[in-house]
Amino acid sequence: MSLAELICPAGTPAALRTAVDAGADAVYCGFQDATNARNFPGLNFTPDELSEAVAYAHARGAKVLLALNTYPPAGKVDLWRQAADTGVRLGVDAFIVADMGVADYIARAHPGIRLHLSVQAAASSPEAIRYYCQNFGVKRVVLPRILTIPEIREIRKEIPCEIETFIFGNHGLMVEGRCSLTNYLTGQSTNMDGVCSPASDVEYTRHEDGSMSSRLSGFTIDCFGPDEKAGYPTICKGRYTAPHRPEGYYAFEEPVSLNLSRLLPELIDAGVHAFKIEGRQRSKSYVRGVVSAFRQAVDDIRAGRAANIADLVALTEGQKQTQGAFETKKWR
Amino acid sequence: MTRLTLGPIAYHWSADMRRDFYARIADEAPVDEVYLGEVICSKRAPFHEADLPATIERLERAGKTVILSSLAEVMLKRERKATENLAAMEAPEIEINNAAGLFARGRHPHRIGPFMNAYNEATIAWMAARGATHVCLPAEMPAPAIAVAAQAARDLGLGVEVQVFGRVSLAVSARCYHARAHGRTKDNCQFVCEEDADGMPLRTTDDRPILRINGIQTLSESYVDLLPETGRLVADGVTHLRLAPQAVDMVAVAQVFRGVLDKRTPVDEADARLARLSGDADLSNGFYHGAAGYRRIAMAAPA
Repeated sequence: MSLAELICPAGTPAALRTAVDAGADAVYCGFQDATNARNFPGLNFTPDELSEAVAYAHARGAKVLLALNTYPPAGKVDLWRQAADTGVRLGVDAFIVADMGVADYIARAHPGIRLHLSVQAAASSPEAIRYYCQNFGVKRVVLPRILTIPEIREIRKEIPCEIETFIFGNHGLMVEGRCSLTNYLTGQSTNMDGVCSPASDVEYTRHEDGSMSSRLSGFTIDCFGPDEKAGYPTICKGRYTAPHRPEGYYAFEEPVSLNLSRLLPELIDAGVHAFKIEGRQRSKSYVRGVVSAFRQAVDDIRAGRAANIADLVALTEGQKQTQGAFETKKWR
Repeated sequence: MTRLTLGPIAYHWSADMRRDFYARIADEAPVDEVYLGEVICSKRAPFHEADLPATIERLERAGKTVILSSLAEVMLKRERKATENLAAMEAPEIEINNAAGLFARGRHPHRIGPFMNAYNEATIAWMAARGATHVCLPAEMPAPAIAVAAQAARDLGLGVEVQVFGRVSLAVSARCYHARAHGRTKDNCQFVCEEDADGMPLRTTDDRPILRINGIQTLSESYVDLLPETGRLVADGVTHLRLAPQAVDMVAVAQVFRGVLDKRTPVDEADARLARLSGDADLSNGFYHGAAGYRRIAMAAPA
């Protein structure tokens, strides 16, 4: 049976402490710049904050994983190298990387430090995963959210490293690390700048009939009736029209979030080593609620008790949820 | 001498359409290199695989260099097998679009495709040390990064390619959005994507064109047009300019680019012709100028 580590989001020092206190086995975080894929205003860590965070986590038996999971554009690679050097100096337990140049630098400059392959690397086959294991000594792969559990089980048999899967939070639709949708509309790149649907480009407009539209960079992404809750305008969760769908439809996916709580036992049985909770942009109270609930559930499952799944399902209260690709091929 | 290339066909064009297309390309298009093969959806490959040897022969006879491109997404058994088979080929050259292909190819020579995320000099150097002979840069890279990457690649003896015409890939997914639009799933899609030779248009609910769907791929609504920027691209060290096949007169598109590269046609005149050839499609160059990709930025006068 796998260890079923719980990997929890830490967008701020306060969220990190909250996650550790709530039972995270590891937290993941990033610096306040383009070196990580949640480069949002008000989020992330200064080196001093990270230093304190590492001490706090280590004192309580939790690990700190530093996300360096964006792709440096040519001419700016040094920022990523410096971030890696700083991370090593501050004693982080592993780096989450996507770019081959970044992975190669860390493997050579800091041999022995753990490398995890980010979901941003989009390694979805045993061969791709083995490429990173062989060449950079990657110890764990974060799988893209596009595989079914039987497929994960098969991959596990063919790779020499641990598997981490997302179990809760935002449900990425596109293959991560291969998406330029945000850059197409806003001029800020998910891969190079760590930005996805930036808040600075978002506007909500109330119309005379009481309806509300959400826009990104002037493009209408969705509209909502007077009584509907307006969602955030993420391009891949938008409503559009197509020749066969003149009424407008969610062309990629409904605005749903991922919740695999019902599948936890199966994922553990398939050999998944670590469960990732998405949400570095979320509040402390969200982190506390989600991490505590999953901590309890994972402990129950590991002890052979039935987990109280109802509590986990309730976490997405009011929001539609999905088991995405994990449940069935029909999702595709 | 700058080489003009024709990228792989992204869309599900019928076998007949492909045969006619490549026959014209072989006979009439002033392109130096042609990429063949299915890059987007492994279900489509059987429809045109049988024609590949004849197409390769025809293009090579016309003096074109032929390169076979690998799938961008490799997940299923048939995709893994297809990637492995391609990686085992001695000739023609291959372009790899997924790390599974790099794994299978080992240190044998290969090209790096636009889906491989070769964004910087460190990654390019890593790839070059493992057999890469050529790199196609990601479509969203801005000019300063292209210049640094191109210089680094050339110093290592690699060819450097940038897409200068056509819709650019903005995302790929495991889910088929063509099937979804028709209430189907990927496994029972019935190849509905064949109906849209230039992709399925998505518009915002207030009727503004925004994106194009091509099976599991999402493309830009606009055609990228870097014709006015070709001089700077070449000066910055880019050796290959890629035209992505669209459902327009690609022979004429290639002639327009060739005319500018050979300094036979003034850029303004050529760009006006390209706009006419592109029909209803908007032209854009935002990515190159560090702006939103869909935008069209006027070139500043040379300093």
